[in-house]
Amino acid sequence: MKIWVDPDKCTGHARCYGLAPDLFSVDDYGLSSVVGDGTVPPELEDKARLSIANCPEYAIVEITD
Amino acid sequence: MTDIRPVDSWSSDFDVLSQTYVDDPFTIWDDLRTSCPVAHTDRRGSTWLPTKYQDVVDLAHDIEHFSSLDITVIPFTGEAPDEPVLPYGVPPISADPPLHTFTRRLLLPWFSHTKVESYEAMTRELCAGLVEGFVADGRADAASEYAQQIPVRVIGAILGVPPEMSDTFTGWVRAVLEFADDEEIRREGTIALIEYFVAEVERRKQDPGDDLLSALLQTEVDGQPLEDSIVLGVAALTLIAGVDTTWSAIGSSLWHLATHPEDAKTLATEPEAMNLAIEELLRAYSPVTMARIVTGEVEFQGCPMHAGDKVLMNFPAANRDPDAFERPDEVILDRAHNRHVAFGSGIHRCAGSNLARMELRVAIEEWLKRIPDFRLADDADVTWAGGQVRGPRSLPVVFP
Repeated sequence: MKIWVDPDKCTGHARCYGLAPDLFSVDDYGLSSVVGDGTVPPELEDKARLSIANCPEYAIVEITD
Repeated sequence: MTDIRPVDSWSSDFDVLSQTYVDDPFTIWDDLRTSCPVAHTDRRGSTWLPTKYQDVVDLAHDIEHFSSLDITVIPFTGEAPDEPVLPYGVPPISADPPLHTFTRRLLLPWFSHTKVESYEAMTRELCAGLVEGFVADGRADAASEYAQQIPVRVIGAILGVPPEMSDTFTGWVRAVLEFADDEEIRREGTIALIEYFVAEVERRKQDPGDDLLSALLQTEVDGQPLEDSIVLGVAALTLIAGVDTTWSAIGSSLWHLATHPEDAKTLATEPEAMNLAIEELLRAYSPVTMARIVTGEVEFQGCPMHAGDKVLMNFPAANRDPDAFERPDEVILDRAHNRHVAFGSGIHRCAGSNLARMELRVAIEEWLKRIPDFRLADDADVTWAGGQVRGPRSLPVVFP
């Protein structure tokens, strides 16, 4: 699983960081980005899906090849 | 309070200050969503009230047609001063880009995750001390003796103002937000608040500290220092937006736990449940309604909106929309799909959301640590405020 935060949609609710701090980092302005290249370790896939389902701006997307 | 004419039709003559709406807006929103999802009133000027999640989100994102230059739910109809002290209002909340953009960037780092973590120990100590003050009594007013006392002191510390001012601040903020339909009270509160910060700004220029106000005064934008009026506006906003709102969320959450002891038990015994539960409480009891001003003729969901019309950003109703949330009127502490918009949506997402969330979590944790089992003393003694910010103002509870 691989995820990405759309910087044009994220407005800094930080819900993803609250749910999965291992997968996301937030800057001083609250904007979120994925840690590393966005590859989700298998044991964190549930948390990644939870983050996607809680983002009010629909900013987190799962990348499918 | 002014006298309020009874409401005959919620779709064409609603009044958010009517006691019926303040006591139970949820039933009214449910009816409107199926009969007239964007309601209208001519009370206090032509005003629209959306009730559906997607509509509220769409409105928040359309900053071209819906401006933030007036975000008050209750318009001020008194005489405007000849030379306004805050010509830019209280940015960034009451601004559109570009003023919004750069003032927001000044404010956000003060409420970043890292910064908010640094306020947590102080918040916890404050909450624990308040509980200690009444835990032996077996009863307390969870609104006025607890919830109301917390955010004002945390915000005060961030602004660098003394804790002894807390009750005074609370009075001013209530005058601006809660008693906004009384022009005299509102005017006096606003003037007192601004005069206080005018004096504080002068003081910080001579003797700067490590607080938000001092930092704003030392900030340069494009090589120029910020105008005093912008510093004043941002400071006033920080106080006004950071007090009533979070206090109301804490109070509503405690009301929920007093009336749902099974949920109180879950949170007292399963600390890991708190993360999702806080978001669910924010969803179900979202305190804040904002407003926008229509910039020009526009049709929205079939409604002909005109320049100068007000649109109430009904985030609380959006968060109860069955099209967006399963069983929206139930508090499901571990709700997994929860894109709530308690902190708004789009570019005006609440700048203090990290702080509010931390204060709410710590306030509940510290309460439950000492008082895991509590009930309303008497349902009839609970009173709610409504309008721009909804939450309990009197919440007497008893505990063994």
